[in-house]
Amino acid sequence: MTEIIDLVLLAMLAITALSVIFIKDLFTVVMLFGIYSFLSALIFVNLDAVDVAFTEASVGAGISTVLMLGTLALTGREEKSSSRKTTLPLLVVCVTGAALIYGTLDMPPFGDPNNPAQQHVAPRYINDSPREIGLPNMVTSVLASYRGFDTLGETAVVFAAAIGVLSLLGLPKQDRTVIQSGLKSHLVLRVVAKMIIPLILLFALYVQFHGDYGPGGGFQAGVIAAAALILYALVFGLPVATHVVPPKVLKILAALGVLIYAGTGVVSLFLSANFLDYSVLASNPVAGQHIGIIAIELGVGITVFAAMLSIFYAFAGQAERKNIQ
Amino acid sequence: MLEIISSALLILGAFFSLTGAVGLFKFPDFFTRVHAASVTDSIATILIILGLMLRSDFDLVLVKLLFILVFMLLTGPAAAHALAKSARHGGLLTLAETRGNKKESDD
Repeated sequence: MTEIIDLVLLAMLAITALSVIFIKDLFTVVMLFGIYSFLSALIFVNLDAVDVAFTEASVGAGISTVLMLGTLALTGREEKSSSRKTTLPLLVVCVTGAALIYGTLDMPPFGDPNNPAQQHVAPRYINDSPREIGLPNMVTSVLASYRGFDTLGETAVVFAAAIGVLSLLGLPKQDRTVIQSGLKSHLVLRVVAKMIIPLILLFALYVQFHGDYGPGGGFQAGVIAAAALILYALVFGLPVATHVVPPKVLKILAALGVLIYAGTGVVSLFLSANFLDYSVLASNPVAGQHIGIIAIELGVGITVFAAMLSIFYAFAGQAERKNIQ
Repeated sequence: MLEIISSALLILGAFFSLTGAVGLFKFPDFFTRVHAASVTDSIATILIILGLMLRSDFDLVLVKLLFILVFMLLTGPAAAHALAKSARHGGLLTLAETRGNKKESDD
């Protein structure tokens, strides 16, 4: 039964990917990308990888669709047809694809219990993490503690992406006078948005602090919180949103999250342990791990929230300027 | 007994989802399509989540399903309303109106 579901989902994934290539209307392409992300999230759920599915759904289908729509508002929705010859690029793509397929022939058989991935670190995480870290959600212990260094890198990448966008576009200034703009005529939308924005923020906090016990964590929580404020900015207008969360604060928050993460590592260095080894943060190693994981997840959440929201502010500010001119 | 009721609800929900999808493809213009999608979506959500609730062990899962239901019932119709209203705002006419306009221009 799961094979059938997998096959159907993968076929739909392939169809979506092909239509993304052939459709020239960029708005449709963005929507198809959202569908693509949702389909892959469903595949991850079917593989029992709930954490990855959650991330894919919130980041891939949620926030990146919004950000791409923000880009479309600046660039226009038709793809330009290029007049260049396509034989050489096609050849390069075909050769690269053939090389990649040739490479997969050397891969170990799919799902074999004797694969290196199943033999090497996975049994160690499964056997030792309940004793060493003691979190019910093993994904969080791997992500935040065993692989803490990688996650620090990911957080830094998000931070760097925000810096890149902001250095190109710049953040909008906070307006002194608050003008209600946005969707003035959409009364239903405003009422519903007022009702659900607090719920979304509450859910973001739940995901942030429940990540140790269930699926979730800093990345998803940051994105969900940013989505709540993006909804606010869309419905009530960018000036009001910049009044609630000023762009200046966002700049500080984005850096603060990375600082909390790296700072936790430095604290464990000062307590004579390895960088990001949380066992020394409390007298009991397991309690130390818990403190460390909560601290770094908080850092991840703050950085992701601030980075996503400031990227949206940058796009929306540009679009608004374009409208005025 | 609960099992049977829940199965019936789930199948009924799936059926309504399917009719919504058929309507989305078969109906002639944008507004009827939105109507088909949103109305069947609401009833399918209610039926499927009720069906799943009957299958839970009356614990935290039930409460979570209830939250999902409330959230879906708030956002789904609101999204459909926003979609239809934006289309109206953008100047899209219903099928009846375009036909009426044609008649007027013919006369």
